[in-house]
Formats: sequence, C-alpha cells, structure tokens
Amino acid sequence: MTLTKRIIPCLDVKDGRVVKGLHFESIKDAGDPVELAQKYSNEGADELVFLDITASNEQRKTINDLVCKVAQVIDIPFTVGGGINSLEDARNILLSGADKVAINTGAIKNPSLITLLAELFGRQCIVVAIDAKRNYDIQKDKNIFSENGKQFWFQVFIYGGKEATGIDVIKWAQKTQLLGAGELLVTSIDKDGTGDGYDILLNQEITHSVSIPVIASGGCGKSQDMVDVFEKSNVDAALAASIFHYETLGVNGVKAYLKERKIPVRL
Amino acid sequence: MVNLAIFDYGAGNIFSLKNSLEKIGATVDVITDFEKPNIYSGLLLPGVGNFDPAIKNISKSKINFHDYVKDTTPVLGICLGMEMFFEKSEEGNEKGLCVIDGDVIILPTSMKVPHMGWNNLEIKKSGKILEGVEQSAWVYFVHSYMVKPVNNEVVTAVSDYGIKVPAVVEHGNFFGTQFHPEKSGKVGKIMIENFLNVCKK
Repeated sequence: MTLTKRIIPCLDVKDGRVVKGLHFESIKDAGDPVELAQKYSNEGADELVFLDITASNEQRKTINDLVCKVAQVIDIPFTVGGGINSLEDARNILLSGADKVAINTGAIKNPSLITLLAELFGRQCIVVAIDAKRNYDIQKDKNIFSENGKQFWFQVFIYGGKEATGIDVIKWAQKTQLLGAGELLVTSIDKDGTGDGYDILLNQEITHSVSIPVIASGGCGKSQDMVDVFEKSNVDAALAASIFHYETLGVNGVKAYLKERKIPVRL
Repeated sequence: MVNLAIFDYGAGNIFSLKNSLEKIGATVDVITDFEKPNIYSGLLLPGVGNFDPAIKNISKSKINFHDYVKDTTPVLGICLGMEMFFEKSEEGNEKGLCVIDGDVIILPTSMKVPHMGWNNLEIKKSGKILEGVEQSAWVYFVHSYMVKPVNNEVVTAVSDYGIKVPAVVEHGNFFGTQFHPEKSGKVGKIMIENFLNVCKK
C-alpha cells in the first residue's frame, strides 16, 4: 500500500456559520462549523478546509475562536484560509490550532509572504490557494492549451474570484513552489458551483508542472467526479462542499464508492 | 494524574498535541527551556518547525537535554521531534541530539515531497508505542525528511512511500513517530495513550 488519495470536505464560513453559495449569488446556511467539522471527522474525512469568506475585518477575528473550538473536537488535520495577508494573520490561525494556512490574494500581493511563512513554520504548513479561470484572449507569454478546438490559458483571479490578475496559473504555481509552498489548492472558477465535475485539464497541467501535492477543487457534484479527477490527473486530494453538506451518502459513502473503483482511500 | 511537558520551539501548532494529551487525562505544561527542575513524567518534542532553529532552541538552556531527561524520563519525538534524536540532518547544519546513531536525509525526489497524507503502518516488531495498533493501520504523515538509523533494530514500524520510511522508533526511554499521532484519529489516540502508560510507570 502507499499513500492514499485524500477526501477533503470544505466549509465556507461567513460570520461564524457554514454557508454555501449557489452560483455566487444566494448564500445558503449549511450549519454550525464545529458540529459539521466533528461530523465529517467522524465520518472519515481525511482533512478539513475552512475558508473564511467573512467580508468585514471586524467579524474576521471570530475565525480564531472558531479554529480553537474546531481543534478541540477533531483529531485530523485542518487548513484555514481566507483573508490571510500577513505573518500575524497566519501565526494567529496556526497558534489557535490549525495545521495549515491557505493563502491566496495575500500571496499574489506579496509573494515573499510564502517564503517568510515557510521558513518560520515549515513549508508543510503553507498551502497556496489558486483560483483559476480559462481566458480565451490568447497572449504570447502564457501557457496555451486547447480543448474542443478552442485555445485558452489559465488566469489567476484574486479577491474571491472577483479580480483578474493577468498572471498565468501554471507559472504562478511553479513560482509558489520555489518560494516555499508545501501544497497547492487549485480551484476552477469555471467549474465551481456547476456540479459538472472538476476541471481535468487544469489539474493535469498543474500536476505536471509542480512536484508538491495538489488539491483539486471546484465542480464536484457527485462521487464519480472524484473518481474521474483521480484517474485522469495526478492530484493528491479532492475537495468538495455541497456533495457533503446536502447529500446523504456521507464522507465514508463517497470513499467506499472510490474504493470500489480502485482509488486508494483510507477506509 | 500524569504531568507531562511539551517543549515549544515557538514555531506552530502545538495546541492539537496538548489537547490530545489533556483529553486522555494528562496535565500538560508547555516549556520553552530546561532551566527549571524536571518534575515531569514525560516530555514531548512536537513536530512543527525546522531542524536548526528547533535544535538551537532546545540547546540554549544551561541544563542540557541529556542531563534533563537522563535515561529515565520517557521522551516522545514527533516528526521533527523524532528527527532531532539523530546525529545530523540534511535540513540543517546543527548537530542533532545524538540519542540514536544515524542521520536524517531528504526524501527521494522520485516521489512528491512533502509526503503528505494517510499511509499504512507496516509493523516490524512489537513495541510499547504500537501496543494494540493493528497491522496496516492508517496514520497521517506530513514530512520532507526521513531518518536513517545505523542500527535498524530501533525501527518498530515502517511505511511504504516508494521506499520504506521508518515510521516508529524506540530506543530506551526515547520514542519517535515520523507521522503525527495527534492528527491520526483513533489509531493515533491509542499511541498517545500508550506513551502516557509508559510515563505512568
């Protein structure tokens, strides 16, 4: 046996509650983060990811208390992201009991933050989250791909997918590895919220370009989508939200499905 | 009540480890040096941080590590904590604690590094930490370096990551796990309880 593929429920947290945005518009309440964390942990989740999507800085401080409460009830690793822009932000989260921090906009704005955090806490603590979107406006200096006769490149977006950066996802992924990232969390904006499955091409290209672990995110609507991303790309983990929040299968149900299809999972 | 100490190098999450010990009934002090007398039934070297800063931190006290724990205080080194038991590491230039003969080397680049996630334990021989742990049990790893003991007898379990990675070592009153028992669910809890039982004796 060797290393298993990790199944990671993601909890989007807003003002202390788990929410799930449907098509970025309506935000639906999905429960208490501590209760859900415990439930997923008991059901066999391999890790958890919390993304704080709280808008105001004032409310954001509540995330530290939440991290503390979650750390008391679960005994699997968890990552916290959202609004981490400084050493201080990261330190507070880690010292409150999180195992890893995910940085996204903060890393784009200040790439040396990755190195600073990796040197202080070890690179295994540092997840760089990348929000990727296909751009069909071809530019020479970008990594160009084609699918179904169309050419495009993957562009990095920040501020929760709201702002384009002009940065090439593949180049950024490689750069973050050099700077000290221990893992990448790659979310497809094109696929997120659709339930149509992960962006296979994106995950293939990312895993070809780096040698650190990669978590696929965005688009998972059913267990088979996880099978597809593991069979067709070399990602190490699959992250999903709705499939766990609203479906009756449970984390172990999903993992049993994967195991039947020869995906190595912890059961 | 068993009173344990966690040595904090100041580099990350020791909350989970402290919490896992308190949950099973230990009282835990977090210490940052060896200046005060050793009143503890056991010491834990947690698995967060980098080799050189951690070694410098643990070596800065007037009382050195060996005089503090002697061959009586049980010590559990987790991940980096276990790597520190050895003589030197490819992660840094500082001399290790030299409790166990051997080096710490970087994982082969033929695999993804860090080795991150759940992997099976291949139990080689019985040991105090592994009591009640089943063959092939799942544990959570996150590391970029591995230990290479001179004498393989100290290794009680390995894990397969392209090569056999020593996962548990035992040597006298020194116990080490390359994985994180505090993050390894129920199986990890068994091992932490086992260490606690060693400390009680």
